[in-house]
Amino acid sequence: MKTNIGRLVLVAGLTTGLLATAGAAMARDLTVTGWGGTAQAAQDKAMFQPYVKETGNKLVQDSWNGGIGVLRTKAQGDSTWDVVQVEADELALGCEEGIYAKLDWSKLGNKDEYLPGMAGECGVGTFVWSTALAYDKAKLGENGPKSWADFFDTKKFPGKRSLRRGPRQSLEFALLADGVAPGDIYKQLATKEGVDRAFKKLDTIKKDIVWWEAGAQPVQLLQSGEVVMTSVYNGRIFAANNADKTNFAIAWPAGFVYQVDSWAILANSPNKDEAMGFLKFIQTPARQQDVANVLAYGPTLKDSTGQIAPNVLPYLPTAPGVIEHGMSFNTAFWVDNIEALNERFNAWAAQ
Amino acid sequence: MVADETRNLRASLRRAERRRTLRGLGLTLPLILFTLVFFIVPIAGMLVKSVQNGPMPDILPQTSALLQPWRASAERGVPDEAVFAAFAGELRTASQERTLPELATRLNFENAGYRSLLMATARRLPEAPTGTWRETLTGINPQWGEVAIWAALGRASTRVTDNYLLAALDHRRDDNDRIQATDPSRAVYVASLLRTLEISGIVTLLCLLLAYPLAYRLATLPESTANLLMILVLLPFWTSLLVRTASWLVILQREGPLNDALRWLGLISQPLELVFNRPGVIIAMTHVLLPFMVLPIYSVMKGIPPNYMRAATSLGAPFFTAFRRVYFPLSLPGVTAGCLLVFILAIGYYITPLLIGGANDQMVSSLISFLALQTLNWGLAAALGTVLLVITVALYFVYSRVVGTDGVKLG
Repeated sequence: MKTNIGRLVLVAGLTTGLLATAGAAMARDLTVTGWGGTAQAAQDKAMFQPYVKETGNKLVQDSWNGGIGVLRTKAQGDSTWDVVQVEADELALGCEEGIYAKLDWSKLGNKDEYLPGMAGECGVGTFVWSTALAYDKAKLGENGPKSWADFFDTKKFPGKRSLRRGPRQSLEFALLADGVAPGDIYKQLATKEGVDRAFKKLDTIKKDIVWWEAGAQPVQLLQSGEVVMTSVYNGRIFAANNADKTNFAIAWPAGFVYQVDSWAILANSPNKDEAMGFLKFIQTPARQQDVANVLAYGPTLKDSTGQIAPNVLPYLPTAPGVIEHGMSFNTAFWVDNIEALNERFNAWAAQ
Repeated sequence: MVADETRNLRASLRRAERRRTLRGLGLTLPLILFTLVFFIVPIAGMLVKSVQNGPMPDILPQTSALLQPWRASAERGVPDEAVFAAFAGELRTASQERTLPELATRLNFENAGYRSLLMATARRLPEAPTGTWRETLTGINPQWGEVAIWAALGRASTRVTDNYLLAALDHRRDDNDRIQATDPSRAVYVASLLRTLEISGIVTLLCLLLAYPLAYRLATLPESTANLLMILVLLPFWTSLLVRTASWLVILQREGPLNDALRWLGLISQPLELVFNRPGVIIAMTHVLLPFMVLPIYSVMKGIPPNYMRAATSLGAPFFTAFRRVYFPLSLPGVTAGCLLVFILAIGYYITPLLIGGANDQMVSSLISFLALQTLNWGLAAALGTVLLVITVALYFVYSRVVGTDGVKLG
């Protein structure tokens, strides 16, 4: 979702190669694995380099491309990773399976300093990314959509709109538009009636939806005028406005779905104490802000938005007054139901 | 003396012969190995995967064994205490040995939510039962007192299964293992297979209609002009598939050059919808696959001596009669090869429909990729692949019966 795959593979390949040669020569240093690309570059600058400089400890980096299967392998064999950045589903599944070490919060700091749900027993949230409603301000001006109900209102906003292909983050938004409270969305989706209700809502604009597949598509669709509004990853809007001087806006109050990327420590790590110290060191408001200023992914610490650059703030899902409108992506629900609901989605699309 | 020489001669002949065979084998060995490793083995693996049930007989061996007589019984109630006790014991072991997630994933294919049910039950499982194990488990979750979950465990308890192949054909087994059609709200695989065949068929036909006259022109033009035009045919061939697909996206979009041009010419007043729907997919796929049709037809046409047509015309046949009765039959092997090539490439298409198609234009490969990568349901993914393979082979045989594939030239 966040990075250029080609670059990622290259980085992964290079680092693995380096690790293989370095590993033979010395005992294992603390190994931190991120998602490569611009995200890891920002983390390296704001978090990893200061850690090495200030503590004098050594640190090796690796990168990966996600997948619970990879973590299962890592947890079984010889330990090669200590700290790894995981997405919400990998965190939930891995925690359930005992892949991660339980975090000792007495060593990590105060859970209350984190936004709700971002400091858990297996992982400490490092940034928040979201799928939100965006539109082109150059075209709609101040009269842009204010809610997901507006997204489904083709009279008020004629033209095509775009959602990510598949049930994820289209059923949630359909129910939001239908007046379901954010807190009740997944309760509704767990019932047949709730799913029916969501598809019925989608039916109302079925002909007007362009389905996007890759994260870069919704931005391109807005840019080319193919659609008037779209669901999109917030970071993409920030990047497009920066790089292409577009004037896209995110309608945060409409509601959005956010996911947290977390740091977790692998249960078979021989460097657990050092890893805890490392996490305590990097998880400070100042360091989270430095990362956020580059990526526009929201910090997870409550008082981390003070020093965010003003040009980044409108894109942050965790900005004050914004996060309240969001709802957390329900990993457990989707892991259980994705296959069944995907079949349902495809059957619906074929009607 | 003479006998000795004969023997020597024979021996050296044999040696030379053997050396030649070895050299021949050595030269073809890389290809044979390549075919074996990258073609035969994966296909065999796919066929095996499509009937391989999953890890339950290894993770819950006793429960699996105990469930067999239960499955054979005519009227199924909830299994007896022995099954519950064996299951509880093995569930704890699986949880400790971390094999449970694998099993839970497998069971979730039977019914959404069974993954969580299994994981949550294992977490709350006590050392010893309170009352019977049946009471204990139903106390943790009432679903354990229903037939459905046991029927699902029963379906997962064998080594070989037809579940995946049935699912690929939109059928499933109910709680009594009777085969039933999948609920229409979730029956997607047959429709997707048919859609794949339909799109591939249309694309093949369009490629043929475009390629045949083009190849004919190329084959009859003087060498230098033909070579220049050939480069134009091959140019897209050398461009990355992704780039070509993205270019079509740009050309066909609402505010794209094609719509702009048509509007400027006054042919349309509203922009045509050419992307994120079926026409877009067909246009882009036809373009991408066209060289695979042009090349075999061209190479066959190159081999048809121009004298034949001249002879036919000089004997009084009008051009079209001569073409129909002389040239066209001679060019058929190229047409056959081209059609086969394009059709077979088209049914595996993935990226182009993904980027240019709408929600109802996805081919079966996108479902296979979803199942293989996202839900890790390799059984169903393999079953879909198997069904596709069977359909393709069947079509090939019908085709070769009707059109004949003798003398097919693939280049």
